[in-house]
Amino acid sequence: MASDTGHLLEIRGLRIEGESDGQWSTLLHGVDLTLRRGEVLGLVGESGAGKSTLGLAALGHIRPGCRITGGSVRFDGIDLLALPESDRLKLRGSRISYVAQSAAASFNPAHALLPQTVETAVQHRLMPLQTARQVAVAQYRRLQLPKPDTIGTRYPHQVSGGQLQRVMTAMAMHCGPDLIVFDEPTTALDVTTQVEVLAAIREAVEARGTAAIYITHDLAVVAQMAHRIMVMRHGSLVEEAPTSAILAAPQEEYTRSLWAVRELVKPDQPSAAAPLMTIEGLDFSYGRNGAKALEGITLTIPRGRTLAVVGESGSGKSTLGRVIAGLNVPTAGRITLDGQSLPPALRLRSRDLRRRIQLVHQSADTALNPRQTVAELIARPLELFHRLRGRATAARVNELLDMIELGPRYADRLPSELSGGQKQRVNIARGLAAGPELMICDEVTSALDQLVQEGILRMLLDLQAQLGISYFFITHDISTVRAIADEVVVMNRGRIVESGPRAEVLSPPHHPYTELLLGSTPEMRPDWLTDVLAARKAGQQAES
Amino acid sequence: MHPLIRTILQRLALGGIALFAVSVVVFSALEFLPGDFATSVLGRNATPETVEAFRDELGLNLPPAERYLGWIGGVLRGDLGHSFAGRAFTPRAVSDIVLPRLANTLFLAAITAAIAVPVALLLGLMAALYRNTRFDRIVNAATLSTVAMPEFLVAYLVILVLAVKLPAFYAMSTLSPGMDLTEKLQAVALPVLTLSLVIIAHMMRMTRAAIIGVLASPYIEMARLKGVRPWRVILRHALPNALAPIVNVIAFSLAYLVVGVVVTEVVFVYPGIGQTMVDAVRNRDIPVVQACTLIFAATYILLNLLADIISIATSPRLLHAK
Repeated sequence: MASDTGHLLEIRGLRIEGESDGQWSTLLHGVDLTLRRGEVLGLVGESGAGKSTLGLAALGHIRPGCRITGGSVRFDGIDLLALPESDRLKLRGSRISYVAQSAAASFNPAHALLPQTVETAVQHRLMPLQTARQVAVAQYRRLQLPKPDTIGTRYPHQVSGGQLQRVMTAMAMHCGPDLIVFDEPTTALDVTTQVEVLAAIREAVEARGTAAIYITHDLAVVAQMAHRIMVMRHGSLVEEAPTSAILAAPQEEYTRSLWAVRELVKPDQPSAAAPLMTIEGLDFSYGRNGAKALEGITLTIPRGRTLAVVGESGSGKSTLGRVIAGLNVPTAGRITLDGQSLPPALRLRSRDLRRRIQLVHQSADTALNPRQTVAELIARPLELFHRLRGRATAARVNELLDMIELGPRYADRLPSELSGGQKQRVNIARGLAAGPELMICDEVTSALDQLVQEGILRMLLDLQAQLGISYFFITHDISTVRAIADEVVVMNRGRIVESGPRAEVLSPPHHPYTELLLGSTPEMRPDWLTDVLAARKAGQQAES
Repeated sequence: MHPLIRTILQRLALGGIALFAVSVVVFSALEFLPGDFATSVLGRNATPETVEAFRDELGLNLPPAERYLGWIGGVLRGDLGHSFAGRAFTPRAVSDIVLPRLANTLFLAAITAAIAVPVALLLGLMAALYRNTRFDRIVNAATLSTVAMPEFLVAYLVILVLAVKLPAFYAMSTLSPGMDLTEKLQAVALPVLTLSLVIIAHMMRMTRAAIIGVLASPYIEMARLKGVRPWRVILRHALPNALAPIVNVIAFSLAYLVVGVVVTEVVFVYPGIGQTMVDAVRNRDIPVVQACTLIFAATYILLNLLADIISIATSPRLLHAK
């Protein structure tokens, strides 16, 4: 059934509202979207821009608690919104399919991968079971999964995140759909894994000529995948243009701000003479006979400067942060603070030692007690470490709120009344309240949008200049390293593979692992992925 | 060893320890029971010598540890001891008193479970599927009101409607030897109905809540976006991940059917083990009380153990280790 216009998907004036606490607010303000057959459209914007809502609408699906108040969604000439749900079900998975952000959460933990992959085809009687299995294995092979013949017998928890994401893509492609909606498919992955998944997705989509909507908050990623890009904000379209045009000459200020963090670079400063902390020959393992999670860690944290620790998930960055904080007790090695030996376990450290080292967690959502107001959250360390009471506490809380650029009017709010970036600022203020000399920042900007990240990084730099705090800054993101680090430590599998001043570590010659990390960070040019893949292929051929 | 087998063996060992602890507690608790069997049987006028002789005969003058070992040793050999009551004439083995009653109780429990568990699961699944519809609200209101009413009231209402106003069933559920299965089923129809009304609510509500809890998971949204039909979403995608709490509440309800139905037994004059225990407590017939308590404890431990093992065994992380 071909439509008159030849367009595969036409969304016209789509308005969707969502309910929270009995209040209806508009998520999409009459958005238009047109997609041709075989075209890949990138949908970019911060969280809350309405990208996912729009992506799901392409399947005729709205999340519970949302309602459509206007507009139309036509897929191949069929009005999806007017269709009865039972007919929409027949289209889903077979002609329009979906790849979700977190593959780990989106696969049913109770079933093996193959039955989940073939479920749509078999349930809708599109293929006999045997054929469906063969098709699935062929898809696994096309997506370069290891052991494609047997990986389907494995359960979701037995397979790595990057592999799961590819299995999910295989599942989405299984029935040969006309349209696939990719909803942030690589956001949860490490940069090195992201490259593989992006390459596999792009190849699979190109080979079949499948049309796709690629949703992400990362402009550099979508530039590798999409022919055309739509930038969204607050449920409306900001800008729409072919990929190369939007990168070369963005028309809107907002589009430019989407790569704000990438342009932030900390000026070089000489390090002060005596380091704040030194770590020598530190080992750590979980359990008595567990494998070593950290091995032979030796580093120094400069006073009043930032040491950034980079590496993939599982490299031991956070474990090291917890060792310094005293939460993990090392099995060997020595830590000194200000020249004095630091007791390894938290219970052996005096209150003043605890005050001097503060840990700020990645997720402010889970680190802040949802039942305490901002003032209560920040006052706690003031009372504990500085014995402040009553009016003195309130005055100091207000000062701290000014320092994190929120101001005293936020004092009586609950965390649920704050945005993600504001919550993270409160989380940082709580660490500051103790008056630390060293603050361990564990991926504090990773879950935030680019513009918000930039604001928080600038604030951290200001605070460092004012207060002379040292940061032990854990991150996996190279642009964040450029923005905040003086010294850099690169970790892989519990060991330090390279360390030194930022300029040295980030410029060649690199250790091979640093090279891999740097090379896997998407760049703002459409040919980046092609170049990386070509370079790797050449490298492999040279080796063999 | 496969981690699953190791976990199951661990649970079995823990169950054994729990059972032993219960036997000690049961035994010591009865030590502290006020009053004395010998005095109460022989009457206030009996001479101290007669009482003492009677106590000797029953073994009540031995030290507690020795009596415990004697008792538990017998239990392990399948000998529950002799009832105190009736000793004056012919000694009766505790097992002769308890086992037929236990069989009756298990019969009633089995019939009730066979009806109530599937009905509760079905209602719970349907309530989850059609949640916030009129069907869901009616089922919820109905089950809530049956569970809120005391059992005896439910029992009398059932009798009033189905035995008095519309005499379809017997108001009394006396079993006599030589009844065939159909007659037995007719006899227990009303207690089965009463007990079902009482236990369906818990199981149904837990099924509904567990399924709805799982329905918020991303993999359920994914299943819907794959075009999976609503019933299949519930049965194949939600139910396997909601099994643990459901199995636990089923085990709890089944244990209640064995252990907690004395009120229903009394109302319907049903010769179950609950009545036996109450009578034995009243007569200070300690061996019978001990036997009943031990059976009750074993039922609880066994059913909960089974529920634990089922929920462990259905967890793919344990079943399919990395």
